[in-house]
Amino acid sequence: MATQQARTLGRLMLSPTIILLFVWMIVPLAMTIYFSALNYNLLNPGMENFAGLDNYYYFLTDPAFLAAFRNTLVLVGSVLAITVVFGILIALLLDQPILGRNVVRLMVIGPFFIMPTVSALVWKNLLMHPVSGLFAWIATSLGLEPIDWFAEAPMFAIILIVSWQWLPFATLILLTALQSLDAEQREAAEMDGARSLSTFLYITLPHLARPITVVILIETIFLLSVFADIFVTTGGGPGLQTTNIAFLIYSQALMHYDVGTASAGGLVAVVVANILAFFLVRIVGRNLEA
Amino acid sequence: MGSITLQDVRKAFGPHVVIPGANLQIEDGSFVVFVGASGCGKTTLLRMIAGLEDVTSGRIMIDGANVVDVPPARRGLSMVFQSYALYPHMSVRGNIAFGLKMAGLPRPEIDRKVDAAAAILNLTSYLDRKPRELSGGQRQRVAIGRAIVREPKAFLFDEPLSNLDAALRVQMRQEVTRLQRQLKTTAIYVTHDQVEAMTMADRIVVLNAGSIEQYGTPLELYERPANLFVAGFIGSPRMNMIERETEQHRGAATIGVRPEHMTVSRDGDGWSGTVRAAEHLGSDTFLYVDTPEIGSITVRCVGELGLGEGDSVRLRPDPTRIHRFDKSGTAIR
Amino acid sequence: MARRVAVAHTVTATVAAWIVGFVIFFPILWMAITSFKTELEAFNTPPSFLLFQWTTENYATVQERSNYLHHAPNSIIIAGGSTLVAMVIAIPAAWSMAFVPSRRTRDILLWILSTKMMPAVGVLVPIYLIFRDLALLDSRIGLLCILCLSNLPIVVWMLFTYFKEIPKDILEASRMDGATIGRELVYVLTPMAVPGIASTILLNVILAWNEAFWTLNLSTSEAAPLTVFIASYSSPEGLFWAKLSAASTLAIAPILVLGWFTQRQLVRGLTFGAVK
Repeated sequence: MATQQARTLGRLMLSPTIILLFVWMIVPLAMTIYFSALNYNLLNPGMENFAGLDNYYYFLTDPAFLAAFRNTLVLVGSVLAITVVFGILIALLLDQPILGRNVVRLMVIGPFFIMPTVSALVWKNLLMHPVSGLFAWIATSLGLEPIDWFAEAPMFAIILIVSWQWLPFATLILLTALQSLDAEQREAAEMDGARSLSTFLYITLPHLARPITVVILIETIFLLSVFADIFVTTGGGPGLQTTNIAFLIYSQALMHYDVGTASAGGLVAVVVANILAFFLVRIVGRNLEA
Repeated sequence: MGSITLQDVRKAFGPHVVIPGANLQIEDGSFVVFVGASGCGKTTLLRMIAGLEDVTSGRIMIDGANVVDVPPARRGLSMVFQSYALYPHMSVRGNIAFGLKMAGLPRPEIDRKVDAAAAILNLTSYLDRKPRELSGGQRQRVAIGRAIVREPKAFLFDEPLSNLDAALRVQMRQEVTRLQRQLKTTAIYVTHDQVEAMTMADRIVVLNAGSIEQYGTPLELYERPANLFVAGFIGSPRMNMIERETEQHRGAATIGVRPEHMTVSRDGDGWSGTVRAAEHLGSDTFLYVDTPEIGSITVRCVGELGLGEGDSVRLRPDPTRIHRFDKSGTAIR
Repeated sequence: MARRVAVAHTVTATVAAWIVGFVIFFPILWMAITSFKTELEAFNTPPSFLLFQWTTENYATVQERSNYLHHAPNSIIIAGGSTLVAMVIAIPAAWSMAFVPSRRTRDILLWILSTKMMPAVGVLVPIYLIFRDLALLDSRIGLLCILCLSNLPIVVWMLFTYFKEIPKDILEASRMDGATIGRELVYVLTPMAVPGIASTILLNVILAWNEAFWTLNLSTSEAAPLTVFIASYSSPEGLFWAKLSAASTLAIAPILVLGWFTQRQLVRGLTFGAVK
């Protein structure tokens, strides 16, 4: 509570942010909704006409959409599973008494700061190249046939790259959460005769439940729109094998110039993201009370 | 100079009324304590005087001028916060000097005043330290130093001693009182601790649910409580309230007898009862007595009487120190 | 006995952690090493790890051929500029919500958060068309605005969580000490909030520097920052691995260093205070 003078000033100082974000959210969204109801192709300017829900029909029944939808699910699901499971394991490891912990921490967190175009290209060329890549050399040295990653398992290759980028995020958050776990609680469990596995299952894991949820929600929001990695490595191919919804919308809009269909697709993406956002906002909101 | 007058001061957050209307006259140089349970509105009242909280209606006069629309910075008051609220990035000197700097005083004068304040509070050797390098008691002193150095019209204290340990609290209590007497500056002091209120105040304001129940000197409050609330709030252990009709009532709905105003004997006349529990403090004995006539009664006796659990006793109230209250709880005089 | 177990535990954990750390960091290290090889050596199998003729010629070539010094300033202007503008807008807003909260503050905060949840692809088409019509395509000012808006929610939230931790009492004390609201912001709030403001700036610079959706879609050459510059190596030029590595190292080095400084604040910023 405060005085009227401070309240007025407060409102004045808050308004630019609110107005800007409101415009930033509403104007493009309204335009997307409007375009999604039009037949509108940038190659045929002036030919726009009302299309009703046709664009949605085309977008949702297009086999490319189904493929992209499936790819998106596979990509998001796999990266989540990999980063959360390994994130927990690495966080538990880093929570142990380690010599040079800070250096290890820096190495683990490194990939997060690499711009996606760089990491995608470095992995594609230096590591995953079927002839001269480091992985090919390792495979040959072990007497195995080198894998042509982007031809034989393009989706797996993308999953690997994106997981590498997001593993630090999961690890860092889970490690922070682990370090806030009350040592006394763990010691009490040990006094109660709990083995390390049961301590982990009954004390540590429940404590991590909320940070894990936060990791999942935030990663999902970013992973739904993975774009740069696909853009510079596979370009969505071969065929549609690595096309996700974000890339599909991009190619509809800026490669086929089909504004109407791309807008309908964009709205589908917005709806999906908002369902997730709903849960995230609730978690953060609950935290705000405390 | 620093007389403060509240006229029908009201405070409401939306439909929720916190202070229904307070009237109070605080004389220049006096030490007034606002006391009450938590949530009774004492801090809100203080913050309204400070200007940190808006007044819904009514007037607050400082030296005869209405300050309701004056921002806190220009009311000429200073405040000591419960959390001390020291500026963590400034040294002790910087903390004490801040108000003077804001007032635009020349540097030599600031230094002189800060040094003088530090000397009074034994802070001279700590002037270059940061607050985090000080103990709780020292931080408290810095907060007080910050308040006195500006020579304000009045000091406002918001439960300033509640974060200190018991021994230090007694010591600071005396220091604050001594300082205030020395400076002769009006002080308003908020606390929930009635011992602080009784020992420090010239006059006490007892607050309950936002209303002023009584305004008077500590002894007035003890000897002539205006109503049941004040009677129950001031004094420890609490006054015994007897509602069942006895020959002492003489038309009152309730009578009150303080535990220290009863005599106890093993036999004779008076209310008969059985000791349920006895606390032996050496200097005093507290007896908790169950009586069939008037219910459970607390008695405080000086010294050791050799009474224990299960003993039968007789209780006789001092007839001159019985408080009588009517049905609405107001004292009958 | 217990002591020996503890030592063994530390040794095992240390070895395991260093192996894990090294594996995760290896691609970055490998890239940096490759950037000092000749093109021929970069392609060699078996690859040489440290015993090769170290050369810095790639760095010179990268500058000559793809004009690193044209794109790096773009990155600096776009990331730095969008951060600055965002701070100017967000500091007052965060101050207001942290110190003069109203009944709606909570809802406003959550709404601000939800604007960050909107996927960029959802509004790609209209933004692209607006940019085309306003001649903002491939302009630094356009990218600066977009990145500023898209990161504004995170900036407001981070600042809010930092300001929230500054005790209100201290600001009120300064008011009682005669400071006006302006002086209170300058002398009391800002010095206390410097660590929070600094880490907010750093995190936002990192996010803007690495942003690769809007920059790839809205710029091509003139205004293109390093993300786009690197993406150009996905075409046949990508065959020049040593040069790709040199360009990449140049593109990430400054931000990697900044990132290491902010890693502790990162968690708070990226989880909107849900994990501290």
